[in-house]
Amino acid sequence: MEQLLFEYPDRKPIDRRAHAGVVGSGDLEVLLEPSPDGALHVRVRTSVDGYGQVWKNVIDRFATRFEGAATIEINDFGATPGTVMLRLEQAAERIRA
Amino acid sequence: MTARERARAVLDEGSFRELLGPFDRLESPWLPRQGIVPQSDDGVVIARGTFDGDRAVVAAIESAFQGGSMGEVSATKIACALDLARRDCNAGNTVRPILFLESGGVRLQEANLGLGAIAEIHAALVALRRLTPVVGVIAGPVGCFGGMSLAAALCTTLIVTREARLGMNGPEVIEQEAGITELDAADRRLVWSLIGGAQRHATGFADVLVDDHLPDVGRALREAFARGTPPRHRSADVDRYLARLHDLARTADGDAVASLTPDDLRAAWPREHTDDR
Repeated sequence: MEQLLFEYPDRKPIDRRAHAGVVGSGDLEVLLEPSPDGALHVRVRTSVDGYGQVWKNVIDRFATRFEGAATIEINDFGATPGTVMLRLEQAAERIRA
Repeated sequence: MTARERARAVLDEGSFRELLGPFDRLESPWLPRQGIVPQSDDGVVIARGTFDGDRAVVAAIESAFQGGSMGEVSATKIACALDLARRDCNAGNTVRPILFLESGGVRLQEANLGLGAIAEIHAALVALRRLTPVVGVIAGPVGCFGGMSLAAALCTTLIVTREARLGMNGPEVIEQEAGITELDAADRRLVWSLIGGAQRHATGFADVLVDDHLPDVGRALREAFARGTPPRHRSADVDRYLARLHDLARTADGDAVASLTPDDLRAAWPREHTDDR
């Protein structure tokens, strides 16, 4: 298991939280909550070690589309980058809805 | 469907209210120490709401997370939900308990802590079923095994689908421990003929066989609650089940019991003899 942290400053406040996914094989869960400090924090726990750069690419790209000041926790059980992005978008969609 | 989707779907629309949900972060303290990624609800969804207008509590196990295994936290969540329902019933506020039992049994990484908490589920279930019917649902295909198969057997009514499986040891465990000549766990037809929902229903270990279809499950739940609590629960009928084993040894003509086929069992243990509702 590996832990990764990413931070993106200067975000817009959000007022809702959302949960998506399960920690099943090839899947992940995402917990998205408002962050009071105006930044986007992403904390990843993944069962697959050694993919830090791939995670950074995926989260960087998500951060260009999602502007909220949020704390995002990801519990990952070997999801592909596509599935990761899908779950992140799902959670983001729910706080916009 | 995920456990959360099942819980939400079975309750009256808009009544779903989760207790100890993901944002409460009551996750397993033991899995990360063993290098395993935990889940924020530890794989159990507890929800209050209404079923057919009556107060209800749903405990739904997420089979996709660690095979629906019961750890200290997940099993304690179910035990506490049942215990709270018992207190409500005792106070005159009847609660309808619904359990979605998709579980491989105890979570081996949490060993005795998981087993201890499963025993608390059993105790809470037996205390609650005196006051209100406790209804279990196994929809499959993960099935319900180990200590949670005992919880299923303790339910007032057990609803299964054809895709469901119910047993103490899972097929993979039997193959690993006793060899592939004992049981080929990859032989789906064989596995389901032994422990599948239809066989368990035909031999009286499950009460209702339904299609894997939400309205059918809902109807079976409604009927189970309408029947109320029986004077005697199936699991209290120890003598009858001992007699079953005794008679089996004799009707098998001295052959080893292991040579019985699933059809032999259906003939020896027809559900007419086991279900007098």
